[in-house]
Amino acid sequence: MNNLESLQFFIPELFLTAGLLVTIIVELLLKKEQKVFTAYLAATVLLITIFFLIRQYAIEPAALFGGMVVIDPMAVFFKILTAVSTLIIVFFSIPSFRVKAEYYVLLLATTLGMMLMAQVNDLLMIILAMELVGLVSYVLAGYRRSDPKSGEASLKYILFGAASTGIMAFGFSYIYGLTGQTNLFEIQQALQSTQHNPVILFVAFVLIIAGLGYKIAMVPFHFWLPDVYEGAPTPVTAFFSVGPKAAGMAVLIRFIISIVAGVSADGQTFTANAPIHAQELLAVLAVLTMTLGNLSALQQKNIKRMMAYSSIAHAGYMLMALAVFTSQSVEAVMFYLVVYMFMNFGAFWVIHRMTPHLGSEEITAYTGLGYRAPLVAVAMGVFMFSLTGLPPLAGFIGKFYLFAAVIKAEWYILAVLGVLNSVVSLYYYAYVTKVMFLNRGDDESAVSISSYDTALLLVFLIPTLVLGVYWVPVISWATQSLHFFLG
Amino acid sequence: MIQLNTFLIISAIVFSTGIFTILYKKNVIGILMGVELILNSVNLNFISFAKYSDAQINGQMIAIFIMILAAAEAAIALAIILNIYRDRAMVDVTLIDEMKN
Repeated sequence: MNNLESLQFFIPELFLTAGLLVTIIVELLLKKEQKVFTAYLAATVLLITIFFLIRQYAIEPAALFGGMVVIDPMAVFFKILTAVSTLIIVFFSIPSFRVKAEYYVLLLATTLGMMLMAQVNDLLMIILAMELVGLVSYVLAGYRRSDPKSGEASLKYILFGAASTGIMAFGFSYIYGLTGQTNLFEIQQALQSTQHNPVILFVAFVLIIAGLGYKIAMVPFHFWLPDVYEGAPTPVTAFFSVGPKAAGMAVLIRFIISIVAGVSADGQTFTANAPIHAQELLAVLAVLTMTLGNLSALQQKNIKRMMAYSSIAHAGYMLMALAVFTSQSVEAVMFYLVVYMFMNFGAFWVIHRMTPHLGSEEITAYTGLGYRAPLVAVAMGVFMFSLTGLPPLAGFIGKFYLFAAVIKAEWYILAVLGVLNSVVSLYYYAYVTKVMFLNRGDDESAVSISSYDTALLLVFLIPTLVLGVYWVPVISWATQSLHFFLG
Repeated sequence: MIQLNTFLIISAIVFSTGIFTILYKKNVIGILMGVELILNSVNLNFISFAKYSDAQINGQMIAIFIMILAAAEAAIALAIILNIYRDRAMVDVTLIDEMKN
């Protein structure tokens, strides 16, 4: 489809871009005490964008802008997911970023990048969309300029980010050299029609996985993550843990269904384009990712750092499902990301609001919280057990689908290693709950929480509970979205 | 006429130098220079593939975009480094480790 015709299918992105520019201008006109209105403006822009996105489900899958991006239900799913996660983060940030209006502009810019990442169809677009998300994220990580930890976080983020983008682009250049194409589906056809040197393809694949793996925090490209998560302001950490990760998963799925493998017309069977053992490599990396994430999380004393390693482990679980290359596994990852959004945001919200009261981010500071703020502590317990994957919480259903996809593809060893990892993770998640309820701290004064805090806490708590017993709408949403544009 | 292989070997050498610089340098600016080397080796690859395959301009287009990206990345990285330098009066990555446990 040519550029002019494509514009009508690009309304959400165009609207978001316009809204972003309007937010910048409005911010200049406001007085300091009024600047919080930019947050509400950003939230409105995101809400309208989500409305436009939902209407995009009616569109037939097609390639836009001369094949640069595609529009298909899977892209719409990830676009909605990332837009919703940013919308939640806007409300998450309002208590702490009241006068910093450009923060919300940066959030909107990242959302635009994540929405593009969800629909990439060209090597150039993968680089551009990932850099758009990356460059804004580096700024967001260092947002508290007075805090040395924040500056260090952004420095580590940009150094690792820039290096891995370069490595990924180098991999792309080899793919381009082999096939002479940059469009993902033309690359796929070129790979399927002619035999290429598997060694060069494997090297290119490894180099590209370095770039994509950095985005989703896959071992051994995870080094940036604990420091960035600990150093960045907590709302930004929560933001990084879901939105960009989901967008990275979307790019990885696109990469798998086009360059690494071909998908049959009904979307059910995946056949590898070249004998480069991509599945085995991804499976090994998935096991390494979850094992390292879980074992490192065991030793953490800082709760944000523990959550950082836990997020590495969760990336490992999702990667484990992706490694089996079935449509069921893609669906499971999509469902898991929705569940993960609620439980992870919930845990970060508790951390964010409790840190000023407890005076520290150490896990020991949570001692006796169950007696000081019962609702918050119970909610935190629910999020922790949901992250472990215990029934009857949402995390259990999410993990159930992931493991079901792996077992159905008959990768039993992978599934067993995943379950063992979940057992290990129970220790550090349960430890937080233990110090909150079974120990009593020195300070037993009640912690007062505002109604805003409680309301947002319920926004995370209720889906975590409800999706554990009634998940059909979400899984059917994921199933409907499991419809790729296949060239 | 220079062969394609010549360009590929040069770009591979530049790429390896870049990786080595990133791993070896302690100064943040040095690491940034390593990143620039990697991006330039990518550009060289794309341009030479575009030249030696059937007149596709895609490769040259990507090279132009990567130059812009490199500039944007350097701008943001230098701003972040300046912020760190104001705090600590040094930019040695081995000493910026407040969060190690």
